[in-house]
Amino acid sequence: MHPRGDSVPQPPGDPVVVDADALAALFLALGGRGYTVVGPTVRDGAIVLAELASAAELPFGWGAETGAGRYRLRERSDTAAFGHSAGPQSWKSVLHPARARLWSADRAAGRVTAGEAAAPPRYALLGVRPCDMRAIGILDQVLTGGRQADPVYRGRRDGAFVVAVECTEPGATCFCASMGCGPGVESGFDLAMTELADAAGHRFVVRAGTPAGADVLADVPSRAADEAVIRRAGAAVDEAASRMGRGMPADGLADLLAGSRESPHWDDVAARCLTCGNCTMVCPTCFCTTTEDVTDLSGEHAERWRVWDSCYSLDFSYLHGGSVRTSGQSRYRQWISHKLSTWHDQFGSSGCVGCGRCIAWCPAGIDITQEVAALAGLRDAEKAAQEKAAQQKGQER
Amino acid sequence: MTGAPTLAVWKFASCDGCQLTLLDCEDELLAIADRVDIAHFTEASSRSQPGPYDVSLVEGSVTTAADAERIRRVRAMSRTLVTIGACASAGGVQALRNFADVREFASVVYARPDYISALATSTPVAAHVDVDFELRGCPVDRRQLLEVLTALLAGRKPNIPAHSVCFECKQRAVVCVAVARGTPCLGPVTHAGCGALCPAHQRGCYGCFGPAETPNAGAQAGLLRAAGLSEADVLRAYRTFNAGAPAFIELSRVTDGPPPGSGPRDLPERGDQGD
Ligand code: SF4
Ligand code: SF4
Ligand code: SF4
Ligand code: SF4
Repeated sequence: MHPRGDSVPQPPGDPVVVDADALAALFLALGGRGYTVVGPTVRDGAIVLAELASAAELPFGWGAETGAGRYRLRERSDTAAFGHSAGPQSWKSVLHPARARLWSADRAAGRVTAGEAAAPPRYALLGVRPCDMRAIGILDQVLTGGRQADPVYRGRRDGAFVVAVECTEPGATCFCASMGCGPGVESGFDLAMTELADAAGHRFVVRAGTPAGADVLADVPSRAADEAVIRRAGAAVDEAASRMGRGMPADGLADLLAGSRESPHWDDVAARCLTCGNCTMVCPTCFCTTTEDVTDLSGEHAERWRVWDSCYSLDFSYLHGGSVRTSGQSRYRQWISHKLSTWHDQFGSSGCVGCGRCIAWCPAGIDITQEVAALAGLRDAEKAAQEKAAQQKGQER
Repeated sequence: MTGAPTLAVWKFASCDGCQLTLLDCEDELLAIADRVDIAHFTEASSRSQPGPYDVSLVEGSVTTAADAERIRRVRAMSRTLVTIGACASAGGVQALRNFADVREFASVVYARPDYISALATSTPVAAHVDVDFELRGCPVDRRQLLEVLTALLAGRKPNIPAHSVCFECKQRAVVCVAVARGTPCLGPVTHAGCGALCPAHQRGCYGCFGPAETPNAGAQAGLLRAAGLSEADVLRAYRTFNAGAPAFIELSRVTDGPPPGSGPRDLPERGDQGD
């Protein structure tokens, strides 16, 4: 039910204003169409993504403070439900689940059954931020863009209804603006909302991106959006762009990483990296999995499961005779090089959308933007030294 | 192999918790009994058949000269030998004696210490004989124990990953207690297997499953210190059920390290990257 790529035209339909109270009607409209709503909610000291039964479970009035290796819930001064930057999960948890059964086989029946349950679950993804919209686009490319589409992902993705929420509250670890992935959203959604919680009330400026979105929106009480509120919403998003806590250098990342294979910096980062794998697990675009073949005690029933893996595990690079990447140096280098450099060769884009999850949820607080800065600094220093040496050589002649 | 494969379960110095985990497989126990001939398992039955055995599960560490002899006999009688639990795989909590004087302990604890005949150290089974597979945990995890038995029966490799507990946290969507609460957690250096049991209950990992495949001592010390542990606390954090695991001994020697977020050493202009 979602548009693929950026070419789907916006259906006619002007933005409308929906009051926060009317989110209940949105839940009803989605539930009535058979969707299970997944959205943000407060659990165990963080804003997580979970199946929600009602709008009351949204994190009204909660925000988050993030830093390198640090995340704390914080009460907001307003009632905003989407005023928080990325938590420990991404929509990958829903669309590309941590465990999925690929097939099962019964010896007695001589039967192999493929895949998940017959009908893939239909999810409404509520509150997809622009960085995560882009991340879903990247997963589309990775998991369905090749000759063989991933059946688990495709089933869940094709059935999904996407409610994007533009970003008005970036965190200290965010840098989507510098990756060109936010804070506004142009396409790829069924509905897009911009949240406003101020003296004039708690409301959303909502636009439909697909006929399915317009259909749902028709069931939600709303009023026409006037110029002033549209301008106010636009300003809130524009302002978010200037409030990102971090930034990534715009160009040359792919070349920087490709040219840094022998950088002395890998020793420095490996001294700090736990090789714990958290960064890859929280990253909304990391897609790597391993397979587990399981049998039951009788030996009559076998199943193959797919489980999230990470380039930080030794098994990940295990070939006949041993693992290829045994050092922390080589594993951190693999992660950052894939995200920022080889992803371009493989999928034609960056593998990083600037959501900042890997910075906040790294127990060691390793910051991808700082590591890039360090690599660039070393490269520049080396280049300068080389130029100087060449100059001196020229003078000697 | 004619007939059902034979299984023997042995106890050395241990608390019996791992054997109990096997008995705790209530639903599957009948299926196990269906597939294997439980030839020796004194915790479950006094009936005992003589060896040899196809599979021996060994619980407990070696702490006496008699047990050092007995484990050799068990090995000689067993086609496949699997150690179960932290005692058999790393020496157990009783390996704390390896860092102290066992005679002094005995003199404090027992009325007649001269009755006690114990080795100076508690050592894992692998220090004495070849081990085919070591299953970690204090106690072992029920699912993992079943997985090992099932894999042995099917002649396949068991799915027992050696990466960190952090993987399991993220795979089951547990919120990281280190990041979200500042709780000291050994998960980044601890072998997976428990399914992130403690973090799922908002506790830090205690390291029951022993060292993960490639623990980073300095980075972990930095993390624990930032969570408020003293240098002595860091050492003590490793002195539990897996105190005798060589990698945990190594880790316990490093009690300080770069704090989380300390950033690159060679950053050209610090301070222009946000906070
Ligand atoms: S690399 Fe880090 S900042 Fe970039 S998308 Fe992944 S988690 Fe987000
Ligand atoms: S960074 Fe590692 S885990 Fe992520 S997609 Fe690349 S290889 Fe896979
Ligand atoms: S960068 Fe951080 S999250 Fe990633 S493996 Fe290293 S310590 Fe873990
Ligand atoms: S709670 Fe502990 S084990 Fe879990 S991700 Fe955090 S540091 Fe790792």
